[in-house]
Amino acid sequence: MNNWPFILRTAWRDSRKNRGRLLLFMSSIILGVAALVAINSFNYNLQRDIDNQAATLLGADLVVTGNRPLAEELLPLLDELGAERASKQDMFSMARFPKGEISQFVRLQGLTGNFPFYGQLKTEPASVRQRLDEGDVAIVDNGFMGQHGLDIGDSVFIGEARFRIIGRLLTDFGSANVAAGFAPSVYMSGASLAKTQLIQPGSLVNYNTYLKTPTGKDVSAWVEKHEDAFQNDSQRLETIEGQKENLSGAFANLNAFLNLVALVSLILGCIGVASSVLIYVKSKIPTIAVLRCLGMKGRDVFWVFLVQILGLGALGVLAGTVLGTVVQLALPILFRDFLPLDVTTQISWTAVAEGLTIGMAVTLLFAMVPLLSVRRVSPLRILRTGYEDDVEQRDYARWGVYVGIFALFLGFLWYLTGHLRDAAAFTGGLLLAFLVLFGVARAIVWAVRRFFPTGWNFVFRQGLANLFRPNNQTVTLLVSIGLGTAILTTLFVVQGLLLSNVAEMDAGNQPNVILYGIEKGQMETLTDITRRYDMPVIQQVPIVTMRITGWQGKTKEEWLADTTRQAKRWAFNREVRTTFRDTLDGFEEVLEGTFPKPLAAHGDTVFVSLQEGYAEDMGLEIGDDLTFNIQGMPLTTYVGSIRKVDFTKMRTRFLILFPDGVLEDAPYFQVLVTKSPSPAATAAYRTEVVKALPNVSVVDLSSILDAVSDVLAKVAYIIQFMAVFSLLTGIIVLVSSLLLSKLQRIRESVLLRTIGASSRQLLAIAATEYALLGTLAALTGIGIALVGSWVLATFQFNLDFYVPWGSIAAIFVLVVLLIISIGLLNNRDVLRKRPLEVLRAEG
Amino acid sequence: MPAILEVNDLSQTYGSGSRALTVLDEVSFHINPGERVAIVGPSGSGKTTLLGLCAGLDSAGRGQVVLCGAALNDLNEDQRAAVRNQSVGFIFQNFQLIPTLTALENVMIPAELKGQRDARPRASALLEKVGLADRMHHYPSQLSGGEQQRVALARAFSNQPTILFADEPTGNLDDATGQMVEQMLFNLNAEMGTTLVIVTHDMELAERTQRIIQLKGGQVVVDRPTTNPA
Repeated sequence: MNNWPFILRTAWRDSRKNRGRLLLFMSSIILGVAALVAINSFNYNLQRDIDNQAATLLGADLVVTGNRPLAEELLPLLDELGAERASKQDMFSMARFPKGEISQFVRLQGLTGNFPFYGQLKTEPASVRQRLDEGDVAIVDNGFMGQHGLDIGDSVFIGEARFRIIGRLLTDFGSANVAAGFAPSVYMSGASLAKTQLIQPGSLVNYNTYLKTPTGKDVSAWVEKHEDAFQNDSQRLETIEGQKENLSGAFANLNAFLNLVALVSLILGCIGVASSVLIYVKSKIPTIAVLRCLGMKGRDVFWVFLVQILGLGALGVLAGTVLGTVVQLALPILFRDFLPLDVTTQISWTAVAEGLTIGMAVTLLFAMVPLLSVRRVSPLRILRTGYEDDVEQRDYARWGVYVGIFALFLGFLWYLTGHLRDAAAFTGGLLLAFLVLFGVARAIVWAVRRFFPTGWNFVFRQGLANLFRPNNQTVTLLVSIGLGTAILTTLFVVQGLLLSNVAEMDAGNQPNVILYGIEKGQMETLTDITRRYDMPVIQQVPIVTMRITGWQGKTKEEWLADTTRQAKRWAFNREVRTTFRDTLDGFEEVLEGTFPKPLAAHGDTVFVSLQEGYAEDMGLEIGDDLTFNIQGMPLTTYVGSIRKVDFTKMRTRFLILFPDGVLEDAPYFQVLVTKSPSPAATAAYRTEVVKALPNVSVVDLSSILDAVSDVLAKVAYIIQFMAVFSLLTGIIVLVSSLLLSKLQRIRESVLLRTIGASSRQLLAIAATEYALLGTLAALTGIGIALVGSWVLATFQFNLDFYVPWGSIAAIFVLVVLLIISIGLLNNRDVLRKRPLEVLRAEG
Repeated sequence: MPAILEVNDLSQTYGSGSRALTVLDEVSFHINPGERVAIVGPSGSGKTTLLGLCAGLDSAGRGQVVLCGAALNDLNEDQRAAVRNQSVGFIFQNFQLIPTLTALENVMIPAELKGQRDARPRASALLEKVGLADRMHHYPSQLSGGEQQRVALARAFSNQPTILFADEPTGNLDDATGQMVEQMLFNLNAEMGTTLVIVTHDMELAERTQRIIQLKGGQVVVDRPTTNPA
């Protein structure tokens, strides 16, 4: 039985002079837990706010959304709800502001009825929404008005109509402000929108019907009953519950990223715990030997130090929880541009409980790794200081702890992600990185010893030999520093890839202006204007809209009743926008079949080409039939080829491609793609186009890319902010790892000094050792990071991977310099002290 | 009267094969309760190894050690620790005080480990006896070498051991301090009636015991009574 009063007393007494030394250990825990609590608190608050604000974000109990007006036969179904109705039509178009001759791509929103039923449009003056029905008036985005010096009372031309600005839109309804960067909102009444004459066959318009149901009406039951009927008419139903799910889903990636950051900090914190406890245990071995000599059982000694570590760990975890709760107050400020809702900052007791539990669990498990050896410390060490056989024996309890650590990470990740497979993949990846680092470290120790350069100078030989001498810290340092470098470099490289991918879209000869909504007779005028501005006509594409009415010998209705159907609803319910041509555009590749099929060989049979993903979702293969309704005209076609399409390039892309000679007489509008040399040229060109052809929309991709870059820059800022946690924890790991090596080297340095080595030589030996360790750790860590980044870029983000050599070199130099600096700082007291003083202290 | 320490045919070899090094070779002797014995010999003769085996700090390769009736070879490390706590006291050349505990707490440890409730007053009394009443709450780093060894002396007696092992107890002290510590050791030993085993190079100290066992090359070469014990 354990002598608990004595164990607790000894733990307390011994800790009094050690608390400062355990500060490093506590710092690792504090930062790791703080990151976890901050991020999880934010996530929980976000989830709660989604639940609370879903109704005001949706604006109604039920919203029906589609890209065409509601079919007559659906209206009686809506009547069953007995709901009050309102509607909103929105579309993108050009607007021209005579004051300052500004033309701008805008998002038009035409309101009818009492929209929104919940929440409100925030405007200035506040009640201006009620005046939209006065006719010929509009509310314009406040940011845009401010930017161009527009005032209330100014005019705006949209399509064929002129409007007077009667208010400023302060916050758009139910969406984040990202789109406002390139298409500011203009609100008007539904009747006013009709006056613009922009809504034509083929126009891209979203029709939204808002319904406020009487209290107690079961909307979910109604949706369940009628959802199919609406879906089959390409209408989507959104409820408040659905809105909550959608928002939660939309933020799942944000959550996943933030959780990843928290986990990185926690893992680094764990490494910090293990290294600092290892230093502590090593320094306590003489004390342990005395206690063992005086008759204390190994198990009891273990408890003494475990109680100490857990006590201080608990303080660290508590401090981390408090710090994390404070930091979470800042997170909503960081994210405000991305969130369509106001995130409140309350203490999340769930996050606090998670932080405390996980913090204590990792402290316990990672402290156990070095602490277990305490049980084995032999009392014989009191007589023989070099004796080390005791702790080097095989210890199965340690394997138990390793299994515990693996299970903890797996369980924690499973809990965070909700997917066992993802959790297992990440834990496995981490284990693999650890094993690679461990293997590399062992290989280096072996290689240095095997191929030791005996002819080199004394200082270099000493530094190099320290890598394999007894008590060397090569493996520990390589694993801890390498893992830290790998994790931080991966974060950095992936962030760089994301940012440069966006910048690339606007580089070189990539088109940056797209004009759409061009009617058949307008193309000539437009190409004239384009050429007058010395801009190339890169693409000129006709677009025909149609609907799918059947495939593989059955009508759509028959398929809907067929339970063996493979085709997905989204694929056949959508309004299809196709084009016709006999050539591939350079960003397409035929995977199966032939494109184009020569019409002569098949008589009048029309062969279409499908994009591979679309063919898969429709369950179609080469030779299958596919029937369309082209604005009232039925047409049966056959799948002639399947194409791969590069969706990352700034071009028009089509899921279905018709050959020439079929659709030329169908009603269609056209798109023109060009490249503008400068923002000023774009502005002038846009103004002239809008003046001449008010129905044509000019989309400036540069401004969209600027908006996206702006968003990504903000994301990068958030990543950097969050990475500070990882970075600080990483530095603590570095310091504790190097303190560990100092403990091993201090006696050797003193002995060398005793026999006449100069300070300069000692410094050079230490610098050589740390430079070698830093180089090897940084190289291994960077190697792992590059492989990890490639995997993430290729399989997760679909980005073109390249190695940012400049940044990699900077990281390498930084890590090596950091290690040398901290290592030399560590050694400075060895140099300052007289040898006798240290030798006496060392006993 | 049964011996308090029986050493029978004790051998200890480190390493194996051609690298095997025999440190002790069939060593045998008995020590009776209350006896004061010095183990002497040149460096490398096996003195420290013998002390470690006799005190149960290590397990023997061959032969047998019976300490206070317990055959140490049959015990595991924790059981040997229990024997040490119940019956053994130690003094070392390097004092071996726990640096993070005060003098008083260092002295209290063996009694506290034994579960004795009067550990504090007993430790205070012992520190007074070694002349450190005013240094009780000092940490080892705040004490001189002689003072540290006197704390170690007090600690060695705090669990009322049956046998005390001292490894070069004055080896790290100047002559005057060494003699003072020596005297205290013999006085306390006489007062408590403890068996004393001293490992030393110092023949003057050895002659103050009742018996000298001399080792050479891992074997007992002399086992004789002294002529003028203290």
